[in-house]
Amino acid sequence: MATHAGGLTTAASVRIRDLHRSFTDDRPVLAGLDLDIAPGEFVALLGRSGSGKSTLLRALAGLDQDARGTGEIEVPEQVSVVFQDSRLLPWQRVLRNVVIGLAGPNAKARGREALAEVGLAGRERAWPRELSGGEQQRVALARSLVREPQLLLADEPFGALDALTRIKMHGLLRALYERHQPAVLLVTHDVDEAIVLADRVLVLDSGHVRTERRIDLDGDRDPSDPRFAAIRTELLAALGLGADHKETA
Amino acid sequence: MTAVEVEARREAAPAEHDDTAGGRASRPRGKRRLGPGKAIPFGYLIGPLLLLGVWSWGSAAGWIDPRVLTAPWTVAATAWDLWESGRLGPDLLVSTRRFAVGLAFGVAAGLALAVVSGLSRWGEAIVDGPVQLKRSIPNLALLPLLLLWFGIDERMKIITIALGVLIPIYLHTHNGLRSIDGRYAELAETLRLKPAAFIGRVVLPGALPGFFLGLRFAVTASWLSLVVVEQVNATSGIGYMMLLAGTYGQTDVIIVGLVLYGLLGLGSDAVVRLAQRRVLSWRRTLED
Repeated sequence: MATHAGGLTTAASVRIRDLHRSFTDDRPVLAGLDLDIAPGEFVALLGRSGSGKSTLLRALAGLDQDARGTGEIEVPEQVSVVFQDSRLLPWQRVLRNVVIGLAGPNAKARGREALAEVGLAGRERAWPRELSGGEQQRVALARSLVREPQLLLADEPFGALDALTRIKMHGLLRALYERHQPAVLLVTHDVDEAIVLADRVLVLDSGHVRTERRIDLDGDRDPSDPRFAAIRTELLAALGLGADHKETA
Repeated sequence: MTAVEVEARREAAPAEHDDTAGGRASRPRGKRRLGPGKAIPFGYLIGPLLLLGVWSWGSAAGWIDPRVLTAPWTVAATAWDLWESGRLGPDLLVSTRRFAVGLAFGVAAGLALAVVSGLSRWGEAIVDGPVQLKRSIPNLALLPLLLLWFGIDERMKIITIALGVLIPIYLHTHNGLRSIDGRYAELAETLRLKPAAFIGRVVLPGALPGFFLGLRFAVTASWLSLVVVEQVNATSGIGYMMLLAGTYGQTDVIIVGLVLYGLLGLGSDAVVRLAQRRVLSWRRTLED
């Protein structure tokens, strides 16, 4: 694949044109959405509930048979999905969950490696129910990364975790991303999470990308940094939570 | 005093004091308040043994007329005599073989039909109706026809037993399969699992709890069908032995047959439950 492209260029990893999706006749969820994601680019998608974030992600994952609509979608060959729930098969041990459907003689070795990468070496023979929520989600990450995806789709992957675990998972995801360099589309409702993790943040509203913000903070992204705070205010405003809103809250 | 200091002091306090402080009740560890609690060792034997106790007591005290219900020790003596004279052993073997072969065929057929009908709408359209039809026809009513079709040999008996076994296996496996969380199918979709891997890793393991429930019904159904075929048309087996005993008014031999059926049923159910516990060890339920 091509080297890092600065956004809307020819060798895009994901290319969406004029995407329409609806579940009922009266209100479309996505209305003529355009989106490009460069290879190796980390994009976060924000939006209020019902703004179509998950619908977009499911369209990219090919999981929207129940929706109607038109449009052009191009995705890479190898796509992995991480869901909000870890979605581990409870009747398979951890390692088997990671390598499920993986072909090749060294599948198990690769699975062990992936588990070690997410810090779960030695838990191969555990049942999913024996793991904590954060550990289960790390297994889910290992399961998606062992497939060496060119595109990683993550649908609020840390939404069900407690705040402390979530911060740890941010560090882990960012490290894994830097090592494997897939393009990432992260759907989240957490503005800070989007700013900490992504190269570019999109705000979805009534079926379009309404705001687009490149995150140009270098080094460690610190939420107490005034520039971080400025971006947060900007994105919150795009989400309809302006300064006047804060005063009444 | 800061919050941290308070926390530290509380930790330093003796444990028993902490338990009763502020009128709080102390709770013994390791006891679950709700749910059935810990399993009793060999608990499944207690009920049957209690029944045996009542039977023995009634017989010993003279409340039960031996012409109506033979005393347990007489039954045991008769069983021993039958075994010694070589009449019980072969019959028991024949019956057990019929049970096992019928069960094996029935389970295989029920499982195959459940997967076909569970995973394909066309399969369901073709398979489900006939199975439900068979379900509403008792084996006893089907027997004359099966006799005409397959004669009176072993084949007829095995087919009758297998037909009785197939129904619960089909129903419960099908239900278990359809109750698998749709999110797992979605996951399989994103992992691009091949159909064989989907069936082997997701569908069958997910349907196992249902299958095992079906198997418990199936084992009983197999013994019940056995009784029917052995009493209608047979020249060997426990049922035949009982039929003969009925003709000669040998209550004790009839009871031996009944007790044997009961013990075999109880034993095979225990085996299924043991297998179920082993295979479904990934679950954590009220059973554990």
